[in-house]
Amino acid sequence: MRKRWLSIALAALICLSFPAMAWAEEEDGGELELYTDEAYYTRFAGQGISINVYNWGEYISDGSDDTLNVNRAFQDLTGIRVYYSTYATNEELYSKLRSGNANYDVIIPSDYMIGRMINESMLLPLDKDNIPNLQYMDETFLNPIYDPGDVYSVPYTWGYVGVIYNKTLIYDEEELGSWDILWNEKYLGNILMFSNSRDAFAIAQSRNGYSLNTTDPDELRDCLEDLKAQKSLVQAYVMDEIFDKMLGGEAALAPYYAGDALTMMDDNEDLGFFIPEEGTNIFADAMCIPKGSREKEAAEMYINFMLEPEVGAANIEYIGYGTPNAEAKELLDEEITGNPVAYPSEEELANTEAFAALPQNTSLLLDELWTELLSNDEQYNRILVPMIMLAAILLSIGINVQRHLRKNKRNYFS
Amino acid sequence: MTGVTKMKWYAKTYIGFIMAFLYLPILVLIVYSFNESKSRSYFTGFTLNWYKQLFTNDLIINSLMNTLVVALISSVVATIIGTAAAIGIMNMNKWLRAAVMNFTYLPIINPEIITGVSMMLLFGAFQTLFAWLGENTGVNIPFQFGYVTLVLAHITFNIPYVILNVMPKLRQMDKSIYEAALDLGCNEWQAFTKVVVPDIMPGITAGFLTSITMSLDDFIISYFVSGPTSQTLPITIFSMTRRKVSPEINALSTIIFVVVLAVLILVNINDARKEKLLRKKAGGGSRA
Repeated sequence: MRKRWLSIALAALICLSFPAMAWAEEEDGGELELYTDEAYYTRFAGQGISINVYNWGEYISDGSDDTLNVNRAFQDLTGIRVYYSTYATNEELYSKLRSGNANYDVIIPSDYMIGRMINESMLLPLDKDNIPNLQYMDETFLNPIYDPGDVYSVPYTWGYVGVIYNKTLIYDEEELGSWDILWNEKYLGNILMFSNSRDAFAIAQSRNGYSLNTTDPDELRDCLEDLKAQKSLVQAYVMDEIFDKMLGGEAALAPYYAGDALTMMDDNEDLGFFIPEEGTNIFADAMCIPKGSREKEAAEMYINFMLEPEVGAANIEYIGYGTPNAEAKELLDEEITGNPVAYPSEEELANTEAFAALPQNTSLLLDELWTELLSNDEQYNRILVPMIMLAAILLSIGINVQRHLRKNKRNYFS
Repeated sequence: MTGVTKMKWYAKTYIGFIMAFLYLPILVLIVYSFNESKSRSYFTGFTLNWYKQLFTNDLIINSLMNTLVVALISSVVATIIGTAAAIGIMNMNKWLRAAVMNFTYLPIINPEIITGVSMMLLFGAFQTLFAWLGENTGVNIPFQFGYVTLVLAHITFNIPYVILNVMPKLRQMDKSIYEAALDLGCNEWQAFTKVVVPDIMPGITAGFLTSITMSLDDFIISYFVSGPTSQTLPITIFSMTRRKVSPEINALSTIIFVVVLAVLILVNINDARKEKLLRKKAGGGSRA
């Protein structure tokens, strides 16, 4: 009986979602003005081709709030089925590709990961004749250090790291403008930090004037000492929780990505943002085709579609990061393009540096130092773990012996 | 008298605390599914917008579908295999039974990540093998990471739960009932379906429900064995953490919670009614 009820409920749940999907089907993104002619897009129609796209979570315009549903628009236009899946970190993407079990056609890693993938020849060179919309790209974003000559990648978004602050919790406006404020003891317990090694070390590296791509172990050790000194001031090492903490006024200062800072500033007027004078990290996420792609031409068509100015503009409006697509930028609201946080002047960005792929021993060292930073309460750590293990083993032996004895006793009586 | 009321007071607070621990998080989740802004700390206004958006979000809906389909298929198959296995194990001799039961426990005790990685490696090996077969013998077996690997992995980790739920019921069962059925003219299959299965049904149901729950919940193993076409809901939610987990997830969780709650209430009402009926039939007799 119970089982029948459950299956009815599950069936109801499934049925419930079908009409909703059908209803969603009707709502289309409206008419799309294409810059590449339609014949280009329709040449694979009706051949039953599908491509697998692997992107960051929440990193594409998905049709919410009457925005453009990019994947569906592409499907409707080209007849190519898009299987879309998402990941949360570059490393996740890397290991998924490295295991060699899945065939993806389009991936969107960040700069340093692209560099690493090129070094390990995991990407396919792009056929630029198949991507005519490349002509709309802003030239400053072409020929980046992670992919000289734009052989393997086409930029999708760009952004940089700055400091978000809560005006009501800042004691002295003069102190703003430098990374030093994150080491200021007045803000004890009011500072948030990145919980990923590369971004966190980049802050210490910029502050000390080192390259963000340094391979010098001494410089990295210096940075670790800096971060250790800062640790007592830090409230928490977080990523997306920064949104809630900053919006709720739970912290005064947090380094984060400019695009996300904009989103936060929209929701809370007390928040401000500055680009540290010592310099900071500028980053880009770019579209690539990994080795093992089965439908390379369709994948290039997808990349071209993402470069369609209207599609690019819709994506950027959804994501909030900067666009490297000049024509798409034209289509954006002036409120966005005129905003100094979203599109700072060239002088402000003069000091920025992009991440490059690190040699393996450096990235290993970085991981090691990062672990050391997060767990520098060594004095109890070393004894505690073996003690717990010993206790667990003794406990399990005890339980088993007791059970055995009890069983024997029971058998004796029966 | 005072002692009794005191106990009651303590007991009530205790129950209250337990309920709060269990349901406060869900309550917060539900409240924020109606929040106008994306914030998880400020409540700025009431909206049903996230519910509307949820149904237009292809990624979330597709992931939900994948999760439900995989959970249903895998738990049905696991229930069948697990029940059959439990009956087989029951009829083994003492030593063999102990050995097999230990093997059954192993996947549960084993950290999920090890199961996940080993599955991934196994399927990877299959992939290479099938590719080699295709090249050298012309036998083409398409094998990719996706639904198939996901369902296989879920069946595998669900089977032990079914066995462990069915075993105790089998142990409780009186073997002579089965023998009596045979004496009274059932053939072996009839005796099995008409006597044994109804008797162990609660165990089978419990195993099935545990399997579904485990399967819906699973993140780690699915993470390793899913492919580009079969992302499940937990993976989708996890991938949102770089930017921000959307309140659409709150809306979806609220819907799932309400559906499950409704089912439980219906089941309980139904049970209560049946019990009442039984009691009436027995005339307030001893069985109730």
